[in-house]
Amino acid sequence: MDTQSYYPVQPGVGMEENFLSLDDILLSYERLPVRTECAFPRLGFLEKSSDTQDIPEGTKMELPLWLSKGLYDRKRRVLSVELPKMYREGWRTVFNADPKVVDLHKMGPYYYGLGSQMLHFDSPENPEIAQTVLQTFIGRFRRTMDSSQNAYNEDTSALVERLDCLEKALFRSGQIGLHGFQSWEKGQASQLTASTLVLNYRKRKITDVQP
Amino acid sequence: MFCEKVIELIRELHRMSDGQLPAFNEDGLRQVLQEMEALYEQNQTDVNEAKSEGRADLIPSIKLRHCCLLRNQRCVTAYLYDRLLRIRALRWEYGSVLPANVRFHMCAEELQWFNQYKKSLASFMRSLGGGEGLDITQDMKPPKSLYIEVRCLKDHGEFEIDDGTVILLKKNSQHFLPRWKCEQLIRQGVLEHVVS
Repeated sequence: MDTQSYYPVQPGVGMEENFLSLDDILLSYERLPVRTECAFPRLGFLEKSSDTQDIPEGTKMELPLWLSKGLYDRKRRVLSVELPKMYREGWRTVFNADPKVVDLHKMGPYYYGLGSQMLHFDSPENPEIAQTVLQTFIGRFRRTMDSSQNAYNEDTSALVERLDCLEKALFRSGQIGLHGFQSWEKGQASQLTASTLVLNYRKRKITDVQP
Repeated sequence: MFCEKVIELIRELHRMSDGQLPAFNEDGLRQVLQEMEALYEQNQTDVNEAKSEGRADLIPSIKLRHCCLLRNQRCVTAYLYDRLLRIRALRWEYGSVLPANVRFHMCAEELQWFNQYKKSLASFMRSLGGGEGLDITQDMKPPKSLYIEVRCLKDHGEFEIDDGTVILLKKNSQHFLPRWKCEQLIRQGVLEHVVS
């Protein structure tokens, strides 16, 4: 772990999206089930299941979050967005029962991000969704923090594989802190080290040479 | 679906989260721009038709294509901006001269930007320290002594230090050198700092 000079654009907090953040762009690529409330002429090729020229009213299809957000309009009903299954009543009960056992990476991997983004669409269940997302985070945070602060010099892949993207980022910063503290304790904090970026570049160069 | 191509560009950067610079994807970028052009032209014809023939039913489609245009614009901006952040980081990690394999991954405009960034940074550093200049890329970690013990990790040739002595940096040889002289070489992985 080294001090890095590359700081990517951080993802937005809560319902906000950060325009230039790569994470937020990938998050808004997640697909949502929607139902069209009006016809989209001459765009029939977007809907694979039929070969009409238009997308008729009442078609059920999957659209990425960014498109649903752009088209969604409270006054003019262009489309209605349905909840993905992990935010529906059934899964909410599971999350409320024990958030620690759920594999959020498989469910998401942007469970919290997408959950917050769902609040943009007026759904009567919004307060419950927000509550569940928050409680899930609170319920899992302690374990994430504990494991990131105590797994030193061991394989962490089993610890992170079930974490959501947000939790993974928290885990990583916990690990950086832990490693920084350990190297200070061992008196290595003042040792000058090679840049990890340079080292990684060299690693790749060797593999490039080998056929 | 529209805007699939641009996601590939974003993924490419996202995979290398440690800050490495992947090759500039000129081809991918051109395809995205072509898609945007097609979207724009289709929208133009639909807008004209909606206006002249009063076809309000075309508006949802126009809006959808417009969203796609904005999305492509956002992703391309983010792609270019993130690359600039990485290139800026390279100045701090490698120093002012980049190895050829890194430079090879930049496009002409990015090289130009890098050179200008270098110039701005240099003139800023020259303005510091009461006219004498101050290298702010030095001493990222607070120094404890002026001289440090270093070991060579590979052959680097001859190296001149302040008092004019020339040392041969040979693999596995150990030297006691001024810290500020070797900090850059340590970052580049030529020397290793030996802490006793």
